[in-house]
Parts: sequence; structure tokens; C-alpha cells
Amino acid sequence: MLLDRSWRRAGALVALAIALGAVGCGGGDDDGGGAEGESVELSFLVDNSEQSVKPAEALIEAFQQDNPDIKINLETRPQGGDGDNVVKTRLSTQEMADLFAYNSGSLFQALNPPSQLQPLNDEPWVGDLDDAFKPAVSVDDQVYGAPFGAASGGGILYNKKIYEKLGLEVPRTWDEFMANNAKIKDAGIDPVIQSYGETWTSQLFVLADYHNVAAQDPEWDQKYTSNQVKYAQEPAIEGFKHLEEISKADYLNKNYGSIKFPAALSLLAQGKGAHYPQLTFTVPNLETSDPDKIDDVGFFAQPGQSADDNGLTLWLPGAVYVPRTVEGAKLDAAKKFLAFVASPEGCEVQAKAFAPSGPFMLKGCELPDDVPAAIKDLQPYVDEDKATPALEFLSPVKGPALEQITVEVGSGLRSAEDGAKLYDEDVKKQAQQLGLEGW
Amino acid sequence: MSIEVRERAMPRTGVARPRSRRRAKKSAYPYWFYLPAFAVFFVFFLLPTFSSFYYSLTRWTLFDSEFIGLENFQRFFDEPALTKGLTNTLIYAVTTSGLKVVLGMLLAVLLTSSVIGRAFMRSVVFFPVLVSTIGVGLTFTVLMEPDQGLINDALGLVGIEGPRWLVDPKYALLSVALVDVWKGVGLATVIYIAGIVSVPREYYDAARVDGATPAKLFRYITLPLAWPATVTVIILSLIGGLRSFDLIWAMTRGGPGFTSDVIASVIYKQYQAGFYGLSTAGNVVLFVLVTAIILPLYSFLRRREVQL
Repeated sequence: MLLDRSWRRAGALVALAIALGAVGCGGGDDDGGGAEGESVELSFLVDNSEQSVKPAEALIEAFQQDNPDIKINLETRPQGGDGDNVVKTRLSTQEMADLFAYNSGSLFQALNPPSQLQPLNDEPWVGDLDDAFKPAVSVDDQVYGAPFGAASGGGILYNKKIYEKLGLEVPRTWDEFMANNAKIKDAGIDPVIQSYGETWTSQLFVLADYHNVAAQDPEWDQKYTSNQVKYAQEPAIEGFKHLEEISKADYLNKNYGSIKFPAALSLLAQGKGAHYPQLTFTVPNLETSDPDKIDDVGFFAQPGQSADDNGLTLWLPGAVYVPRTVEGAKLDAAKKFLAFVASPEGCEVQAKAFAPSGPFMLKGCELPDDVPAAIKDLQPYVDEDKATPALEFLSPVKGPALEQITVEVGSGLRSAEDGAKLYDEDVKKQAQQLGLEGW
Repeated sequence: MSIEVRERAMPRTGVARPRSRRRAKKSAYPYWFYLPAFAVFFVFFLLPTFSSFYYSLTRWTLFDSEFIGLENFQRFFDEPALTKGLTNTLIYAVTTSGLKVVLGMLLAVLLTSSVIGRAFMRSVVFFPVLVSTIGVGLTFTVLMEPDQGLINDALGLVGIEGPRWLVDPKYALLSVALVDVWKGVGLATVIYIAGIVSVPREYYDAARVDGATPAKLFRYITLPLAWPATVTVIILSLIGGLRSFDLIWAMTRGGPGFTSDVIASVIYKQYQAGFYGLSTAGNVVLFVLVTAIILPLYSFLRRREVQL
């Protein structure tokens, strides 16, 4: 009966393993927080970039001073695709932190907010949200997040000294822009800087053109989501054509294929190049590399077909969300923290901790006076209501391969038309994965 | 037959009863002995393999899946990056494998001769194999930087303007392949050393008596008798080349654009973008491709082996 005995032993081992496993799982579960009046501990997950961590730390510190019975612990996660996976996995396994910062717009939509996140429509600050921002954290008119950080402008950073010296004017149409480029080239300066060493920077000519697209067709985003318009058609193809034109005209810096954005910004500030299509959140980098030249860098929105419609494409800030699993005293404490984040005082604390990349998305918040010139240049567009959120905040359809395609078009490896068509194929996969209608 | 003879010669333990005689013929251990190994094999190998065949036919997320038949495969083969990835994979695999065979053989001939510092040189050649691939990739990315990198600086000293290595679409894939060869040639060399050392000295002596030149010794003795080593090197490096990913990802991420994409990096990007069904289908394709190339190649190469 040796066999039987060993079977029984194996059975005991299995039972032990199961019991250990159960204990392991049990350890991961936090308790639901104390009763009213007792101190509450919350966790707050942000990505590990300086521009997220610093404001988050400052917000926590200021908030805890006013609310000594609430303790908030900061956790960090990687940025980019790896970070997306962390957020999605932790949400779906119900192990998300009590508060977490994440993108607004289409990435937020991909989290399946109604089933995963706490609805926040009844919070007092919801009425103060900027009209451009509100839809980016809402599903079916239900708000799920409070703005974290400031918006960023996408367009052309330019060297003001070069413009002064050559007597140029800020262009409002693409033709004016190209005319400026020709004069700059004649003066022996690289007209346009690109930094394909960091592939995402190659997308700007296409993505920052969205205000111009929306100016021609205000409902372009909805038509795009339901597969009625394409990038290979006018007006959206213009962005790809711009990339091609710049490359064909040989307007680029020699090392455009290898440098990264801090080096490119430096070239711009030092006047070795005149234009750099970029997001304004990168400008504070100059404070470490070229602090004395930071105000030589200005900003204008990407020129389009008509001067009257010219305006800014706006990148909205991320938001702080609360997962649905948070309940009771913890939920109350979390909502209290959100109300602080979405208050003028909260904006001020964040602005002090990290230089804002553009206007705040909350009524009553103002930019401090000491922000770099390029960021000040954004405010008029927002004040004159000449700003449109970038497409990724309006439509969940964004293909993952755009940055590779724009590198190819921008390096002259692929034609604009071909690139736009390829991108249309790329987004099809995204739309199908999301289960959108019409694809 | 021989098994049975050996079995009868073995002393029987008390555990074995007459009833178990038939079973003992098939396996040396009682069945429960296999259970842990089988459980591991089932849970971690069989189950994922077969479930991936199923999931390649669905569009799935962490929460649910929708059966869509062969649509994923159709989409995967429509993928514009795929043709590029496929040719790049083949170019990469053949280039690295070929260079490793040639260089590995030459290095092994050198390192089996009575050269000074042989043991030291052997370990130096093998050293890159031990270093982390990602580390090698990142280091060479810095070295190959076109404007400030050490390699182009060094070439500049002797008056050569080096290529723009990883940034130039023409050279990106080849640059990575060269680094792969540098990193992997040590293993090929070690295999060849073992192969060459196992060739009996008498063959060389006999050939020399017959008046063979060193070139002829290499051509007619070393080369054919080291054939099993060549087979191993080709198979190993070809499989490695076909599924190569880490070095390419660390150095170019498939760029510039799609110019150095291989199948594995195409699949990875799809997975990263959340196209889980599509990337599962890609993995099934990769599995079939590797099998379709390696199996016939292996049996072909085996047939050419020289019996010692």
C-alpha cells in the first residue's frame, strides 16, 4: 500500500499549497479603512516622471497640513506603455491604489470607466472644469476625474532672436511658414529641427495640425470615430504633406535622425535652428540646459490653410481618478483630496512644485508670472477661444504605429500619401479592438 | 531487446510485485513519480500552447474574448510592417548565422593551435556571451552614435567618415546584426573548439605523411569532421536569429520607421498596443515559421554528417 500512502501525502501537499496561496492572497487585501473620525490612510499612484511626482508630493504635503487625520502615501509606476499595463492590470485585478493619476481622453476611455471608476458628478468642483477638458474625463456626461497638472500646447517652438534678426513675422498660414523657412535657410541656419532619436517627437506636424482640421470640419472627430473620414483625405492629410515638404526641401538639421528632444531644444535656444515642432511641456527642460536663453524661445500654433482659422491644438492634462473598489471613509477622504486638487489653491501648489507647461484647466486658476516666454505665448489662444483639444482627447481611435510612420515620412523614406494610408490601416486595428461601430 | 536484458539483470526491489511486471517494461518508475513533472509540463507548456492556438482565433482583452475565426491571421498578413519584418528576420538570421559559422570556425582554428595565451584568449572570446543582451545593446547604441560615438570618432581619426549606423535605414539592421555576431560568436567558437579537439590527431599525422598542405588539412579533415559542430552552430544561431528581439529592441526599437523591424518586434508592438488576439496570431505564425525552417534544415544537415 505504499502507493496509497504517497498519494495521501501528495494530497496533503496540495492542500498545504492551496492554504498558503489563500494566505498569500489574503495578505494583499487592505482593510476597508477606519470608522468616521479615525485616521484614514490612502495610497496615490502617479507615474515616475518629475513633472508628476513633484506636484503630487506638494499636493499631499499641503493637503495633509489641513487634514491631519488623512495620510496619503505616494506610489510610482513606469511611464508609457509599461505604465498603461500596470494601471490596466491593477484595475482589473481590483488591486489599484485608492487614488491614481492617469491620462485623460482616449487612454482614459480605454479603462472602461463606468465599470472601473467612481463617478464624481456630485462633487462641487465639477462646475469649474474648463469646457475643453470636461469631455476628456467624462463618459455619457458622467465626470470621473479631477485635472492633474496643466495643459500643454502643440505647435512650433521658434527662436525669437532669429526672427528679430531676419525681420520675420510669426506665420499664420503654411505658405508664410515655408517662406520664412526659405529666408532662414538663406541665412545659413537650419530652418526646422527634428529629433527622431525620440520617435514620438516626429508626430507633431500631424497631431498639432488638428485645430486646422477641425477648423475646416468641426465634426471631424466624430466622423473619424465612426469611420467616415480618413487621414488619407483632405483636410487631415495636410499634416503628413507638411512632413514630406520639409524633408524634401532639405530644411532639417543634419543629425535629425539621432538626437533626442533635450538636445533639439538646446539647438533651438542657441539659435542653430529656427523652428522645432514640439509640445510646450518640454520647454522647462531649458532651465537646466540653457537657463539664460530660455526666453529666446517662443511659440506659435501650427500654421494652416487660412490665417483667420489659425489656432492652437491643446494637449489636456491627465486627471486623478478613484477606482470603484474604494468605499466608506476611504472614499470620503479620497473625494476630499480631489476637491483640493481641483481648487485654485491646488493649482498654485502644483505650479510652485513644477513649472506649468501651459494653462490650467480649471476656472479661477492662473499662470504664475515667471513661466517661460513660450508658455506665456499659449495663453492668448486659450483666452480668445482659438484652441481645440488634440484628436487623441476627442476620439479613442489612435493607432500605435503613427510615430514610426511619421519618422519614415519625415525622413523621406515614404511618401505622405502612402504614410497616411498606412496610418489609416493602423487605426483600424485599434478601432476593432475597442469594438467601435462602423469598422 | 537490449532493454529487457538489462532489466532482467537488475536486482528487483521489494516494491515491485509480479503484477507490475508489464508496467515496468514501459517505464522505470511508478506513474505518480511522473505526476509533478507532468503537472508542470501541462500547466506551463501544453495548456498555454493549445490555448494560444484558440486565442489566436479571437479578439480578447483581460476580461473577455470574441471568436472571430481567421480574421486575426488575415489582418496579420495584411500588416504592412510584416513583409518588411519577415524579410528582415530572414536577412538577420542568415547574416548572423553565416558570420558566426565563418568567424567561429576561424577563431576555433586559431584557439586550438598552440598560440601563446590560448586559455586567456578563449575566455576573452567567450566573455560577451555572458554579458546581458540589453546591456550590450545600450552600450553599442552609445558607441555607434553617429556624431559623438566612439566608433565614428575612431574612424574619423584614420580619415574615414563612418556610416550613420543605427540611424541610417540602410545600415540599421546590419549594425544590430554585427553586434549580435560580436556577442554570440563566442558560443560558436566554443562549440567548434570542442568539435575540432575531438578529431583524432592520427588523421592529421597520416595526411601529413601523404604530403597534405595545411590548407588541405583544413579542407579535407577539420572541415568535414567538425561538421556536427557546424550543424549545431547553424541550428542554434538560426533559431536565435529567427526569434531575435531583445538586442534589436534595445538598439533601434525596429526603427528608423519600420526599417529594422523583425517578426518578434512587430508582435511585441501589437501586444503593447493592446491587440492581444492579433499578437497571439503572430506568435502562432512565428512558431510555425521557425518549425517549418528548422525541422527540414535539421534533418538535411543531419544526413550530411560524417560518421566518425
